[in-house]
Amino acid sequence: MLEAKNLECTRGDHRLFSDLSLDLSPGEVLHVQGRNGTGKSTLLRTLCGLFTPSKGEVSWNGMAISALREIFHKEVLYIGHKPGIKDDLTALENLRAASLLDGDSVSKEQLWQALEKMGLRGFEDLPSKHLSQGQRRRVALARLLVSKARLWVLDEPFSALDSAAVAVLQTVIGSHIHSDGMVVLTTHQEVTLTQATSKQLRLGTGEEEDV
Amino acid sequence: MFKTFCAIVGRDLTLAFRRQSDVLSTLFFFVIVVSLFPLGIGPEFETLRLIAPGIVWVAALLASMLALEQLFAVDHTDGTLEQMLLTPHPLSLLVIGKVFAHWLVTGLPLVLITPLLGLQYDLPIEALGVLIVSLLLGTPVLSLIGAIGAALTLGLRGGGVLVSLLVLPLTIPVLIFGTGAVEATTSGLGAEGHLSMLAAILLLALFFAPLATALALRISSE
Repeated sequence: MLEAKNLECTRGDHRLFSDLSLDLSPGEVLHVQGRNGTGKSTLLRTLCGLFTPSKGEVSWNGMAISALREIFHKEVLYIGHKPGIKDDLTALENLRAASLLDGDSVSKEQLWQALEKMGLRGFEDLPSKHLSQGQRRRVALARLLVSKARLWVLDEPFSALDSAAVAVLQTVIGSHIHSDGMVVLTTHQEVTLTQATSKQLRLGTGEEEDV
Repeated sequence: MFKTFCAIVGRDLTLAFRRQSDVLSTLFFFVIVVSLFPLGIGPEFETLRLIAPGIVWVAALLASMLALEQLFAVDHTDGTLEQMLLTPHPLSLLVIGKVFAHWLVTGLPLVLITPLLGLQYDLPIEALGVLIVSLLLGTPVLSLIGAIGAALTLGLRGGGVLVSLLVLPLTIPVLIFGTGAVEATTSGLGAEGHLSMLAAILLLALFFAPLATALALRISSE
């Protein structure tokens, strides 16, 4: 399980949040909310180890993630604002490169299926620079379908997606939760995740509440 | 582990193949800089033979600086660098992979074109051979040390100039032993000493530079 204790993050001289604690057990979703600039993205980056907090620490199964590093990285999948896909590679190549780097051995069929499920049928062999914003997003999100990570950290996963893709993504997140996965996400949209224990964290006020 | 290494080298080579202009511009820069000197100095073989190793090496240094900017910048912009930081493999391994691919497309072509350019300087065959071996040992060092600078200046404005200022002083030993090897051959001393020194520098850089680069990448991408 993921745990954070007394986190404090600063950007320059500006303190984004302090004394923030949270925990997340298998089968739970943490929905981070807050106005722009309250540190949602920074919190997510801190939780997966991309950003070092000025105080406090994040731990995974009781061990600090800074000490675990590669072991923890096996368990976490982060999709941030930048989609992390290469303009000159096709959707299929991007997905394959990403899953190879993640250390997952994924068959070609699985890659095709993942792309098809994300509604990219017919676009697999097109260089990603010719894809639309939403389609690039879908390529990035297709990684969720081939990844074996237990903790998903998703920064605004629903942005730029059409309603069909939003529905698909909600099902994907739902089934991940159902199989004892963990999800941390930020979004400004109303999301209905069925059959999931959802925790809300509102930044700016710093309260954690169960819903 | 080797699979990851191959994956990143393969990915970067595919990307370089699809974006050939980046690769060719470095090569042409090198060719043009080296070719300008004989045109400026005139057909004085004595002088040309004397300055050839220095010019080829300095041109190789400048060309590799030119190519460095591209090493991590694109990965940083499109977010693949963040994903690299989160892979379950040592980051320095990925760095070695990236630097190796980078050297294959920007460093190796320089080495391969050098025999042709050496003709303009009337270099004797054995001196040319030593020059090529010294470049073969030295250009990977330039890429490895340069990677540290490229990682440190990631996301800064005007990073290109800053990289050169940071990295060029560090490459002085490579320059000295690289050119020294050729001079030692022409004066009959034999180049073994200089080349062994270059090889030693390469091994040192191969060990320490990826670690430093990995650290710099983590800091720059916060």
